[in-house]
Amino acid sequence: MRFTSQLIALGMACLLAIWLSLALGPVSLPMMDTLRAVLHLVGVPVAEDNLQQAELIVGQIRLPRTLLGLAVGAVLALSGVAMQGLFRNPLADPGLVGVSSGAALGAAVAIVAGASFGGLPEPFQPYLLSICAFAGGLGVTAIVYRLGRRDGRTSVSTMLLAGVAMTALAGSVIGLFTYLADDASLRTLTFWNLGTLNGASYDRLWPLLLVCVAVILWLPRRAKALNALLLGESEAHHLGIDVQRLKRELILCIALGVGAAVAAAGLIGFIGLIVPHLVRLLTGPDHRVVLPASALAGATLLLFADIFARLVMAPAELPIGIVTVFIGAPFFLFLLVRGRS
Amino acid sequence: MLIANDLCIMRGGKQVVANIDVALTPGQMLGVLGPNGAGKSTLMAALCGELAPTRGQVLLDDIPLNQWRGPERARRLAVLPQSSTLGFAFKVEEVVAMGRLPHGSGQQCDGEIIQHALVAADGLHLLGRSYLTLSGGERQRVHLARVLAQVWPGEEGQILLLDEPTSALDPLHQHTTLLAVRAFAARGGAVMVILHDLNLAARYCDHLLLLDQGRAHLSGTPEQVLTPEGLKSVFGLDVLVQAHPERGHPLVIAR
Repeated sequence: MRFTSQLIALGMACLLAIWLSLALGPVSLPMMDTLRAVLHLVGVPVAEDNLQQAELIVGQIRLPRTLLGLAVGAVLALSGVAMQGLFRNPLADPGLVGVSSGAALGAAVAIVAGASFGGLPEPFQPYLLSICAFAGGLGVTAIVYRLGRRDGRTSVSTMLLAGVAMTALAGSVIGLFTYLADDASLRTLTFWNLGTLNGASYDRLWPLLLVCVAVILWLPRRAKALNALLLGESEAHHLGIDVQRLKRELILCIALGVGAAVAAAGLIGFIGLIVPHLVRLLTGPDHRVVLPASALAGATLLLFADIFARLVMAPAELPIGIVTVFIGAPFFLFLLVRGRS
Repeated sequence: MLIANDLCIMRGGKQVVANIDVALTPGQMLGVLGPNGAGKSTLMAALCGELAPTRGQVLLDDIPLNQWRGPERARRLAVLPQSSTLGFAFKVEEVVAMGRLPHGSGQQCDGEIIQHALVAADGLHLLGRSYLTLSGGERQRVHLARVLAQVWPGEEGQILLLDEPTSALDPLHQHTTLLAVRAFAARGGAVMVILHDLNLAARYCDHLLLLDQGRAHLSGTPEQVLTPEGLKSVFGLDVLVQAHPERGHPLVIAR
């Protein structure tokens, strides 16, 4: 397989990012202690001297945070690949069809007005924010998809324009909730909109992990069909692909993936745009390698961004969304300018 | 064999294809002529199952085309659209390899077929190049190689539909392209090709269908269809029709 070495290199980079993400922070741990703590946590017998503090920090704080970063990065990158394949445009971003803003709207409702519902059954209460964000993302995507559909066909350009309108609409409603919010929820809302991996816990992690595994298992099965779709919808049809079904599956994947990622970690921009781009520069556009490579590279990049976010102003912590957009937006402009020449 | 009976297609309340009968038979090449907007591409879209006809049906081996499973249909029927927009930096051989998608015939077999198809489309020297660096004509030939690879080498029961395959090509490659398609027909394949160049149609096609406002104005051999009267009434163009000095097929010259 000609892509094996590239995937192995990305896998190594990802392992390194995981290791650093577990070791570094306001209280940095020696690298070997970190490794021993992880091994001990998963049940491998190791020497236990002076391990309690490392094990506590790694197990309770850094491991869930690292897993969250891995899943969010991988899912956002894969959603980006799916989105760019769907729109047949390497500059498309999962934010485009309104998934992110729909999720943000759901979160704003939960944060500001959540207390006044008060109606969720007790076991679901901690998930209120996630459920609302996820439902918001899925709902807006469903509306956009519905608007883009005519005579049994999906018009991608109509979806794009509908996405712009829905994003603006969601923005104005979020503005309304921001206006109505009290000081405490205003602060939560602001930080959530900037994106953060802070406060990761295992019980908030598993819905995202479930979606992440589903997307990672499913998308590569459609890699060849995605390649054909890049030729054009008619061409893909002529090659025997059920194009309408493929598009529905891609939209579902994007809505699930971005909805779950935003629900778990807030708005983290540009990962879905930059990562597939960088990967294509490395491997070429064949989805059979772009998909696994993007999952690895997205996870790696997000972990490094998170390490940077927690070290740069330690012990205070920068919201990770600021870091990714600060890197991502100039990169996007660079791509635009380069593409023109 | 691909057969369409009494095909009618409405688009936006307007009848763009009306009462067309088409039969694509093994070894034969049908040329479709007509002015812009005559319904040529719409007819092709219906023949490949992309567009459902308002009336009439399209049969492949006596089974309605929309009842075929996608990959099985694609192994029998390949289509070259007028132009393809591919904005990703695939290598030439990767684009051609997409033609093998419905087959699952294995990497080695596919590799040989991709070579053969590129030779037939005169694109072997483009191997290794990025699609995005190619000229318009080179891209058109790569897509021709892709659809040839999809039905390679061509046998009875396989069908090729081509929409203006020579529109971006230099004179030499207009002929190499149609020769490659002719070779596919010689191996038993059936071909329908939309052309604007009347002399290319006269030289390479066995039958011609002259469309005018969605209707079949004339249909038959090149000699029967390419007449000064027919061309005048459909295209509004005054022409002389003479026999080709060496090959004998009709030669159309604008007056």
